[in-house]
Amino acid sequence: MSNDIRIRKGLNINLKGEAEKKISDAPRSGTFVLKPTDFHGVTPKMVVKEGDQVKAGDSVFYSKNNEKIRFVSPVSGTISEIRRGAKRRILEIVIAADGQDTFRGLDAKNPKELSSEEVKEFLLDSGCWPFVRQRPYDVIANPEESPKAIFISAYATAPLAADVDVLLEGKEEDFQAGIDAVSKLTEGKVHLSVGKNSSSFLSGVKGVELHRVSGPHPAGNVGVQIHHIDPINAGERVWVLNPEDVAIIGKVFRTGEFDATRTVALVGSEVETPQYYRVKIGSAISSLVPKATSDVRIISGDVLTGVQVSAEGFLGFYANTVTVIPEGNQYRMFGWLPFKDNNIPSMHHTSLSWLFPKKKYVVNTNLNGEERALVVTGEMEKVLPMDVYPMQLLKACMVNDIEKMENLGIYEVAPEDFALIDYACTSKIEAQEIIREGLDLMIKEVG
Amino acid sequence: MKFLRTKIDQLKKPFGKGEKWEKFAPAINALDTFLYVPNHVTKRGAHIRDAVDLKRTMITVVVALLPALIYGIYNTGYQYLYQVNGGEVAFMEAFLHGLGKILPMIVVSYGVGLAIEFAFAVYRGHEVNEGFLVTGLLVPMIMPVDIPLWMVGLSVAFAVLIGKEAFGGTGMNILNPALLARAFAFFAYPTYMSGNKVWVSEASHIDAVSGETILGSLATGHDVHFSMMDMFYGAIPGSIGETSTLCILVGALILIATGVGSWRIMLGGLIGASLTGLLFNLWGANALMSFPWYGHLIVGGFAFGIVFMATDPVSAAQTNKGKWIYGILIGFFCLMIRLFNPAYPEGVMLGILLMNVFAPTIDFYVVEANIKRRKKRLEASKKLKTA
Repeated sequence: MSNDIRIRKGLNINLKGEAEKKISDAPRSGTFVLKPTDFHGVTPKMVVKEGDQVKAGDSVFYSKNNEKIRFVSPVSGTISEIRRGAKRRILEIVIAADGQDTFRGLDAKNPKELSSEEVKEFLLDSGCWPFVRQRPYDVIANPEESPKAIFISAYATAPLAADVDVLLEGKEEDFQAGIDAVSKLTEGKVHLSVGKNSSSFLSGVKGVELHRVSGPHPAGNVGVQIHHIDPINAGERVWVLNPEDVAIIGKVFRTGEFDATRTVALVGSEVETPQYYRVKIGSAISSLVPKATSDVRIISGDVLTGVQVSAEGFLGFYANTVTVIPEGNQYRMFGWLPFKDNNIPSMHHTSLSWLFPKKKYVVNTNLNGEERALVVTGEMEKVLPMDVYPMQLLKACMVNDIEKMENLGIYEVAPEDFALIDYACTSKIEAQEIIREGLDLMIKEVG
Repeated sequence: MKFLRTKIDQLKKPFGKGEKWEKFAPAINALDTFLYVPNHVTKRGAHIRDAVDLKRTMITVVVALLPALIYGIYNTGYQYLYQVNGGEVAFMEAFLHGLGKILPMIVVSYGVGLAIEFAFAVYRGHEVNEGFLVTGLLVPMIMPVDIPLWMVGLSVAFAVLIGKEAFGGTGMNILNPALLARAFAFFAYPTYMSGNKVWVSEASHIDAVSGETILGSLATGHDVHFSMMDMFYGAIPGSIGETSTLCILVGALILIATGVGSWRIMLGGLIGASLTGLLFNLWGANALMSFPWYGHLIVGGFAFGIVFMATDPVSAAQTNKGKWIYGILIGFFCLMIRLFNPAYPEGVMLGILLMNVFAPTIDFYVVEANIKRRKKRLEASKKLKTA
């Protein structure tokens, strides 16, 4: 059974440097990191100390709020350094990897024969729990709660996003086992959405409600799909997973080994041969981008929601894309003239670039203006395909008006849904950051 | 080009962080960003950004105003020369006469307004907002040509200080600043803003000249000796920018094509005014009521107001549904004020200002409907659970 969802509002930004559908093994990186900053709201409590030996799947730290949520090492090796920032906050845990991984062996299990509690225990014990995230608030799910439904979006629409069909190549059985496992976590449905014309094995996955989604970005955002399928009301919980993470979970059930291998799309105009690479979670960026110059920006993730990393940095926990684009720290003369600089993509008609929607653009990181008071109206609505008033919600977040935020639908949005508003806003406001702060306030005040 | 950039960077040095003139940085930045889009890169949030910024948006409005401005300058000269000399009027001669009248108004308007904007930017420590680029040009275009320059300056100062800065600056004002400037002049100096001697250049010095606007003639029961075509092309007395509906339409097309002006407000206004006009055509109790409904759309400031003033995004309704309601009500009230207010036959200014005040209320109810939908959904899901 499948249901069609057609999204009309939104914007596809066509960028140069799309990945060729070819997967290679990236050279194994010598060091790996786990970054507690990848897990919003988690305060780490260390289990290991510098010099300890760990196997792949051994706990490195757990969450201070819930000891059961454990974060495990993606590889086997030695904890070489715990990097701290201001106020001794832990930023990175560096693991010097062995040449070959040895795994903390668990017994393989058939999720179909397990109870809901047993699946939960296994996920927590194996270190797979951080893959399960919760809406509202866009944080790691609380294992004490039970969600009304689980959503998995296998339709990627972000600029230069990794194609889910490529990510799941050869992982069909793992994926099905993962679905069997996570479907035990809810009494409601497991919703899986695919692209409208997708012909991959996903259409035949058992135990899910299939949705065929079409439309421009952010149609692929799981939050947008939830809004159109089964919107979140106050007090409700929905859990979401990335498709590749479902396959990793499935593999742990089938083999008992936490295999942190991911397929990552290396994309962007500054990449010579954009394609897919097989790497482990937490790999050094240098194993993907060996010779980065200083005039490029490396992003772990896509250009809208990713995190900037240095050439010596590491891949984020959830990232399945690494984007490399030019930095934009140049001046541009008379850039305020309408219809000038049409080589910069713009959804606004004060530039002619909207006339060429098929053209692939090279974009840099220039802000293309300065932050201003909110003046222009109606532009945010164009890129948010939800029954939510984005500007009013942002203003409510800015003034910390909890009741208004709740009324205007804060539970239904995640920062990534506002990424296009970041992009499109004439006044250059940081919408994702405002929404994140708003969500954090809600966690604190409402929970 | 590189030379210019290094020169500017040198010049800006004393305005940098911790330097002597740091306080005045917004002023020098405003001048610099007028030449160059700065080299700022994204630090947080999305890594790439749209090419648009507020400067570009505002300049687009200025471009859209140009046809009406150029015609307005020509028409100022034409109205004067036609009444003085009669017969043929050379374009250049008329244009130069108009320019001599209007250029000083523009200079005064920008000078006074920008001085206040810069002062407040320095005082408050934020960058200079571009909104005044439009306001500064709009103010002279909605004034009668013979208004003394000091009144233009005073009106602009009032509009910027009381209308905008008192509310917190650009983006926070409730009323459209340009219209507020006109309203200030209108109520403070009524003799310079109405009657039949102010709409044609130098009319007060020449006895033979009749400078009545068409709405004025209709209101006082005089004959109108202009054809509908004259009114459409704009060879009639009136405020500088408002006379040529044709040029305003060109501006409207620019605003709609670029998406800078809201077509919802413009179309809403057109519908509201047309329907109201039609209704009163049927009644036809006085000259203004029996003046054809399409005539109401092309005489006076209606076209200019609905295209350039009502669409100001800050003072208009902000939701898409709200924009429809806002536009339709402006059209309605413009005509109501025209038809039922004998003291002042032009209702556009007051119609828009009135709706500026009510725009937040319209938005409130539109957003409230969204909130109700959400609450209803919550109730429904609660019922489902208990059932």
